[in-house]
Amino acid sequence: MLRAVLIEGLAITRGERRLFSGLTLTLRAGEAATLVGRNGAGKTSLLRSVAGLLRPADGAIAFEGEAGPLEAETARAEHLHLLGHQDGLKSSRTAWEELRFQTLWTGGSEASAREAAKRFDLGRLLDLEVRRLSAGQRRRLALARLVASPRSLWLLDEPMAPLDAGQRAAFGAVMAEHVAGGGMILASVHDPLPIEARSVPIGGEVGA
Amino acid sequence: MKAFGVLLRRELALAWGRGGGPLLALTFYACVVVLLPMASGRAPERLAAIAPGIAWLALALAALLSLERLFERDYEDGTLDLLALGPAPLEAVAVAKCLAQWLATGAPLALAAPVAALMLGADLKVMPLLVLCALAGGLAFAFLGGLGAALALGGKRGGLLVAVIVLPLFAPPVIFGAGALDGFSAGLPWTGGLMLLLAYCAGAVALSPLAMGAACRNALD
Repeated sequence: MLRAVLIEGLAITRGERRLFSGLTLTLRAGEAATLVGRNGAGKTSLLRSVAGLLRPADGAIAFEGEAGPLEAETARAEHLHLLGHQDGLKSSRTAWEELRFQTLWTGGSEASAREAAKRFDLGRLLDLEVRRLSAGQRRRLALARLVASPRSLWLLDEPMAPLDAGQRAAFGAVMAEHVAGGGMILASVHDPLPIEARSVPIGGEVGA
Repeated sequence: MKAFGVLLRRELALAWGRGGGPLLALTFYACVVVLLPMASGRAPERLAAIAPGIAWLALALAALLSLERLFERDYEDGTLDLLALGPAPLEAVAVAKCLAQWLATGAPLALAAPVAALMLGADLKVMPLLVLCALAGGLAFAFLGGLGAALALGGKRGGLLVAVIVLPLFAPPVIFGAGALDGFSAGLPWTGGLMLLLAYCAGAVALSPLAMGAACRNALD
């Protein structure tokens, strides 16, 4: 279980372009923050650098566990979920095969995957190939792994985009529950999240 | 270890289905073996002499066929992100992918190799050695091909790049294996070639995952 994520003086450069610099942000257990900024401001890059997929040009990202500072590698392998535009679902496999694999791979169990499928109302879709799902159904399938394998930090890139109003509300409840249970959410959004969240502007030379 | 098993099973299922899976490689293999004698002239004795060599070379070409997209799809659809955030390092992920590739296409090809060699008129006594060479060589081809595929990630015309990277790496095992097979059929010393092939295979399996892990990390950045 993570207690905090500490981002200090972070700068990210893509190619020749400096996206932002001097970003400092601390996220503690039970908090949610939304990254707001124009397209291309670096929201996705920030999420990917917290996940360790992208090397920041400057600054540091540290994790704190139950017993003090936590090795970044351990934190990333065991304690965080990254869900981007690309959900890693193979279109030729069935929804259940994909959910099961993603759940087991990130540390959940088959039972928790079934539970999560129920939670996201995927029951009748599980036997279908992923290619036959609609955008919203596919997104729900991707979101289900957040619940299926317990990891405390959720890095979400536009998580709500393809969801309809009812599903947004339902996912809002899931997020609220996660945060209330001591989880953390860092999400890039265009529309505000349906839960209480700090807003962090990204872009230009502005820190937070 | 449990996570590795889960990943290996998934990769096997994917490799089995990817682009026709073993059937594509086997069909390609059959094409080469059927067409080559037509191009090489009619003398059966000449054909019989080079039969094990042809069966062996065609194997290397068939192995190349399905390797190009080994990492590419996972890179494009975001699976590689997910794999990078799992309990096993990317090096282990690379091992699982190459191993699955070998099991799904390399092993079936190795079993087809003696059939092909027989059709070409090779001597029956060379078959056990051919299967052994094909199994070990196939393992080396899978890992080296995976290395090429990982290095070509994110590049335009990745397929071309894979072929260029992999060609020089494929040369030694092809030479060692052909040396062993030739020597054996001619009644000359042949163990040296086989040992070199096995050593090369062991080296490829041990070292290429390190390079594949680094290449994947680099591509994600």
